[in-house]
Amino acid sequence: MDLNFTDSENAFRQECRLWLEANAPREPLPSGDTKEGFALHLEWEHALFDAGWAAVSWPKQYGGREATLFEWLIFEEEYYRVGAPSRVTQNGIFLLAPTLFEFGTDEQKERILTPMARGDVTWGQAWSEPNAGSDLASLKSTARRVDGGWRLSGQKTWSTRAAFCDMAYGLFRSDPEQARHRGLTYFMFPLHAEGVTVRGVDRLDGDEGFAEIFLEDVFVPDTDVIGEVHQGWKVAMATTSSERGLSLRSPGRFVATASRLIDLYHRYRDRSDPVLRDQVIQAWMDAQAYRWFTFQTVTRMTRGESIGPDSSMNKVFWSEMDVRTHETALALIGEALELDEGSASAVDGGYWMKGFQFALAGPIYAGTNEIQRNIISERVLGLPRK
Amino acid sequence: MRFAFTDDQKMLRDTVREVLQRQCAPEVVRAAWEGRPDGVRAVWDTLADTGVIGMTASEEAGGMGMNELDLVLPLEETGYAALPGPVVDTAAVGIPLLEAAGTDEQKERWLGPAVAGEARIVVSFEDQDVVPHAASADVLLAERGGVAFCVPVGEASVIAEKSVDRPRELARVAFESGSQYRMRDDVDTRAQFVLGRERAALGAAAQLVGLSRRMLDMTVQYAKDREQFGKPIGAQQAVKHRLANALIEQEFARPLVYRAGWSMATGAADAHVAVSLAKIYAGQAATFVAKEALQVHGAIGYTIECDLHMWMKRAWALAATHGDAAYHRERVGRHIL
Repeated sequence: MDLNFTDSENAFRQECRLWLEANAPREPLPSGDTKEGFALHLEWEHALFDAGWAAVSWPKQYGGREATLFEWLIFEEEYYRVGAPSRVTQNGIFLLAPTLFEFGTDEQKERILTPMARGDVTWGQAWSEPNAGSDLASLKSTARRVDGGWRLSGQKTWSTRAAFCDMAYGLFRSDPEQARHRGLTYFMFPLHAEGVTVRGVDRLDGDEGFAEIFLEDVFVPDTDVIGEVHQGWKVAMATTSSERGLSLRSPGRFVATASRLIDLYHRYRDRSDPVLRDQVIQAWMDAQAYRWFTFQTVTRMTRGESIGPDSSMNKVFWSEMDVRTHETALALIGEALELDEGSASAVDGGYWMKGFQFALAGPIYAGTNEIQRNIISERVLGLPRK
Repeated sequence: MRFAFTDDQKMLRDTVREVLQRQCAPEVVRAAWEGRPDGVRAVWDTLADTGVIGMTASEEAGGMGMNELDLVLPLEETGYAALPGPVVDTAAVGIPLLEAAGTDEQKERWLGPAVAGEARIVVSFEDQDVVPHAASADVLLAERGGVAFCVPVGEASVIAEKSVDRPRELARVAFESGSQYRMRDDVDTRAQFVLGRERAALGAAAQLVGLSRRMLDMTVQYAKDREQFGKPIGAQQAVKHRLANALIEQEFARPLVYRAGWSMATGAADAHVAVSLAKIYAGQAATFVAKEALQVHGAIGYTIECDLHMWMKRAWALAATHGDAAYHRERVGRHIL
């Protein structure tokens, strides 16, 4: 066991820090989940890509720098430490790309990865449907075989930033004879093609962060199928653990939020009490707990172990920690908590209320925490399914 | 960064695990509960024979010169088995303390026998009059008024008190703080006792993780076996989610305990903070798992016929000893705020 970073990891951290401190926007950008903010975030994504920071763990040929997992964690720590903008390329780089690396053809990787990392082609996920949320396998959208490809029809929903994105990916029922997890295919599809209607949906925090996608006989070529036809469930599930676990929420984000909370505490301690003080300490400790848990997990991964259902523990932990941390911040702020972003008097520009509302989504997205707890109890503890 | 134990460390853990599986079944713990400690004595002898009791002693003293990181996995196993007796007190705290701060005469008399499993050491920190396992121990290392003493238990006043966890054999100790008991005066004994207290907290944290794992194992098994409404109760989501929560608490505590062992072993500047995090999370995990375990066991868990209570009561005691959550949270608070 050696819990010190190596010299080369420390050098990597230094390089990240120098570049980010020199280049990250001084003032927070408008929310990336609005049309105006999205465009500004893409400029930032271009800058990240040009300097080789957009997808540090990727192969060099696609614009990465072949960073190790630990270096990626270090990059994330530094990224959130300077308060750099949220990643509007997230659903491509961290969700679709791992699937492409595992199941994509060489042609797909060549065509898709670099424009994705550069932010030239932006990606939204299209998993959920109005009647298929936690029970994703009950989805109804269809893919009909035609010459040279498929025609997609149906409705997808809760697609993050799809109102501003170029492309999306999701599962469609390609074999009507089969039920549930069988007979689904994983497709990539355009959002600005004939037959596609995208309607933005205002989220809890007022941003147009969600969208509904309506598809009517939308043509998709065979080259936009990922993995084998009718094997989409397997393809999708292979990378869900990366969404629940590390790649979606690395510890750097929460360690940074905890530091900001401590800073807030120092400014508002006059109206604090021992209970709130304890909660601030707890928030810091929870972020540390998540950090060390992750280092242990990543050590296992670097030795070739697969994490599988253990990633559900990550997801429950970080999502519930994030809610508690923001609740503590709002309790420190007191009655001024209602001052929303855009108000001159809002504390920290409304950062905490905005963050609180975003945190509330954590226990819901990427598989609700109820589903995660089912997975933990059945696949980790081995309790009976029925 | 490499967060994993070595093969040697895992081998030692496996050795301890096998010994305890063989010799420290719940009946043995139960016998100790009922005042029949013979089985536990035999486990102690085996652990001494395999070098575990004396593992932190230097090689000259017959030990293996092992550090706090080497200790955590074996101690976790003693928690898993709910091994009664002063294993943390002797192996993790007493032996290094005696070796560092004992006079030649004191070491001559106690160190070898302690390493060999023939003498048990207990430790009484400043203002700690009630000491676990004092009655059955042979020697007491104590700090009073900033002065360190090494007192044969037979020469001290030892009045039994009753722990909710009976085999902890609490006793109120008092002794005449005469110069004949003084430990070395050319050593900073105060610093050694401070270090001892950290090791005690770390040891308790490691045992708490083990206690937690065992309670969860018992409860998962029970939830699979026990049927109501024509199916195992573990198929009910309300039960599943309790146990999922229990596992999360436990698994997030574990790396903090391991990291604290590493921080102490390497003399990290923030080792005390790492120990505090370990103690808080391990204590919280074990007491939380205990509560969920009891609820899932239902009425049978609320009896002393069921083994669960022995683990649960140990968890309550250890979560509060060597600094409870409030104490350690305050230490963390001073570090970060």
